[in-house]
Amino acid sequence: MASARPTPPQVLRRTRVRRSTWLGVGLVMLYLSVIVLIPLAAVAWHAAELGPAAIWRVVSSPDTRAALQLSLFTSLAVAAVNAVVGTIIAWVLVRDTFPGKSIVNALIDLPFALPTIVAGLTLLALYGPKGPFGVNLAYTRAAVMVALLFVTLPFVVRSVQPVLMELEHEVEEAASSLGAHGLTVFRRVVLPSLLPAIISGAGLSFARAIGEFGSVVLISGNIPFKTQIAPVRIFALVESGDSAGAAALAVVLLLISFGVLLGLAFVQRWGRRGDEER
Amino acid sequence: MRSGSSVPAAPGHGGSRAGRYSLRTIALAYLALILVLPVAMVFYRTFENGLQPVLQALTDPMTLHALYLTVLIAAITVPLNTVFGVFCALLLVRRAFPGKSFLSVLIDVPFAVSPVVVGLSLVLVYGRTGWLGGFLAENGIRVIFAWPSMVLATIFVSLPFVVREVVPVLQEIGVEQDQAAHTLGATPWQTFRRVTLPAIRAGVTYGVILTTARALGEFGAVSIVSGKIAGQTSTLTVHVEERFQQFDLVGAYTSSLVLAVIALVIVLGMTLLRPKEAGQ
Repeated sequence: MASARPTPPQVLRRTRVRRSTWLGVGLVMLYLSVIVLIPLAAVAWHAAELGPAAIWRVVSSPDTRAALQLSLFTSLAVAAVNAVVGTIIAWVLVRDTFPGKSIVNALIDLPFALPTIVAGLTLLALYGPKGPFGVNLAYTRAAVMVALLFVTLPFVVRSVQPVLMELEHEVEEAASSLGAHGLTVFRRVVLPSLLPAIISGAGLSFARAIGEFGSVVLISGNIPFKTQIAPVRIFALVESGDSAGAAALAVVLLLISFGVLLGLAFVQRWGRRGDEER
Repeated sequence: MRSGSSVPAAPGHGGSRAGRYSLRTIALAYLALILVLPVAMVFYRTFENGLQPVLQALTDPMTLHALYLTVLIAAITVPLNTVFGVFCALLLVRRAFPGKSFLSVLIDVPFAVSPVVVGLSLVLVYGRTGWLGGFLAENGIRVIFAWPSMVLATIFVSLPFVVREVVPVLQEIGVEQDQAAHTLGATPWQTFRRVTLPAIRAGVTYGVILTTARALGEFGAVSIVSGKIAGQTSTLTVHVEERFQQFDLVGAYTSSLVLAVIALVIVLGMTLLRPKEAGQ
């Protein structure tokens, strides 16, 4: 019986850590180090060898700075569009009913399953030079944006959907029976509960967008100062043998996305606290 | 139920009909333009010139080798990350140790790293001028521009999936059943195989599907470390890009189609596995 004894985590926290646990942690850390940590340390090491002044010189060189700026701005725009459209899609999938809804719901995951290079090619087929709509976005910044919107589509939808499902209708109905209009109900009652999920979905899209490579590489044309994003710039630096410069720019990208993920961890904690208070 | 409210675009429960329709239109139009039409377009473009060129591209030795290499990499990556993922999830949920939340954050690191940076990081360790470059060259071991580095890159990018899917399931099922099995005299291995594993099977399967999808579809990281040697280190995704750059559009579309069909099957599998979230 569970109630016959205190819950296991508390028991474990007071006793000393078991030896087999240390062995397990050691094995996990070994795998993680070989696969992830040592390679990333190599990036940091190569950048650090350059020294801060040289890193700054790499990052502030005109073409690299242009690439970094483009990446930052498009990723921010992508996160903003996702926050709005993703919430609308989640809303429609939870609260609306129409034929074929479950198919639409399943398709939301497609960008996670479809290889990024295929995503890029598909977008080029539709919005490229010979597209059926006569809209040619190839080699423009709009193309970069569309590619990033494609690959980041699921994040906000999938983080808002479960929260929306759990949301109790009674509160909304109480608000509207008290005379609040639909928009007021949404702004005052629904939006505050969805906000942590929207922010975390938008943050994940930002982190994904700023590192995205495969979907952008075919459709953007990678023109320096115009459509070259930071990951493509890193690729170009590696190809030209400047791995130190590539490492410097990589460190900047890593710092940005780690910062975002760390911020998201706080948002999640804030959202969870909101749950407990309710 | 509110009735007679005429506020347009009111997204409230039972909101006005006009509001509901306009939201539905926005959502579906966006999905059509960003997602459905582009993917449908690949199917159309592939078969634009009939079946013959497609079959030719499919049976091209380069394509077949790329397919073989893609499957080989996935066949190494998925089991390794699955065993690691289940083991790590058990550790994170069932054991107490200092630095646990730190480890939990570390597991997510691959999600925050650009595929290009993953490739670069492997070049900086195993490449000619990398940390292990000299040692590897002396012993005649090729890692970069060969399949081992491509496997390492794929393991890197798909590492968190199984852990992330299994952890919540383990938290949900608790430990009572395992304790019961233990009390009844089962060995830890028996408990794991007969009690824990069946209980977390759905989470593991879901994680395996996500890992497989990522392993088959990784491009950026693999492309950097592969050196893109056609017929030797080309995976299907690298092959798509190479065919495109050679202006062989049918070849590029055909390989894309293979990958797109796999993706659709994966999405179908994901949907079947979580019927309760399927939008009711």
